[in-house]
Amino acid sequence: MFKWFFRLAAAKNFYPFAGKLLPWLTGLCIISLVYGLYLGLFNSPPDYQQGETVRIMYVHVPAAWMSMFVYAMMAGAAIVGLVWKIKLADTFVTCSAPIGASFTVIALITGSLWGKPMWGAWWVWDARLTSELILLFLYVGFMALQSAIDDPRRAARAGGVLIIVGVVNLPVIHYSVEWWNTLHQPASVARADGPSIDGSILAPLLIMAVAFKFYFFSVVLVRMRGSILEIEEDSSWIKEARI
Amino acid sequence: MNWAEFFHMGGHGFYVWGTYLIATVVMVFNVVLPLRRYRRQQQKLKQTN
Repeated sequence: MFKWFFRLAAAKNFYPFAGKLLPWLTGLCIISLVYGLYLGLFNSPPDYQQGETVRIMYVHVPAAWMSMFVYAMMAGAAIVGLVWKIKLADTFVTCSAPIGASFTVIALITGSLWGKPMWGAWWVWDARLTSELILLFLYVGFMALQSAIDDPRRAARAGGVLIIVGVVNLPVIHYSVEWWNTLHQPASVARADGPSIDGSILAPLLIMAVAFKFYFFSVVLVRMRGSILEIEEDSSWIKEARI
Repeated sequence: MNWAEFFHMGGHGFYVWGTYLIATVVMVFNVVLPLRRYRRQQQKLKQTN
């Protein structure tokens, strides 16, 4: 298992492997996205309090989950990159950042579009919103740091440390709705006593979350393959391989 | 179903469709830009090899 894993960590082996995986991930993403959108827009009831705006949730909540999921994946890969000096892990971290930042932007903007009709304000400086904004700054800070350092190994190290330190923000985001008095509603899916929302609304939410996961892995593989072609430009395997 | 009602979203059409529009735009860009960069690099390597 470990041997297989380390073999795969070589760009030469990872590149074709990712190429084979991609159509499957993309297919699963499209299927779950279409099904999730169908349920969310056509086959789920309006909320008894929030009316039709509940449909904003099918984008907002999965995007917010993804903003944290991608960050956690990056932190895990950053540790692997720092400890075992696996270049592919650094590539994954670098390629994930813009996608994670995009999900954070989607979560913030759609939250704003939901806040206006429900709370009467586009933005409030409440704990959940502020900690999610800090997450965006972490992503942007990481990308700025990476582009400011020329030596790729030093850039990976500095960026990795930033991402690992920033992990403290993840529990702050998750528990912000419990630790502070906030306008944002508390968790209704990831609860100790199980989800507190009806199946007809929970189903599209979870299917969209699955779709977003497949989306992330598809896009990150495309980015990684492009990045490998750039980094390994002069390697002999690229000259021999059918790219 | 009634399409006018569907787009109206109980008076919140702007917010609901704004959400789906922005998410679509951001997510499409996230596919198109890396694909273009990948293809360009692929093309470049094919020409030099």
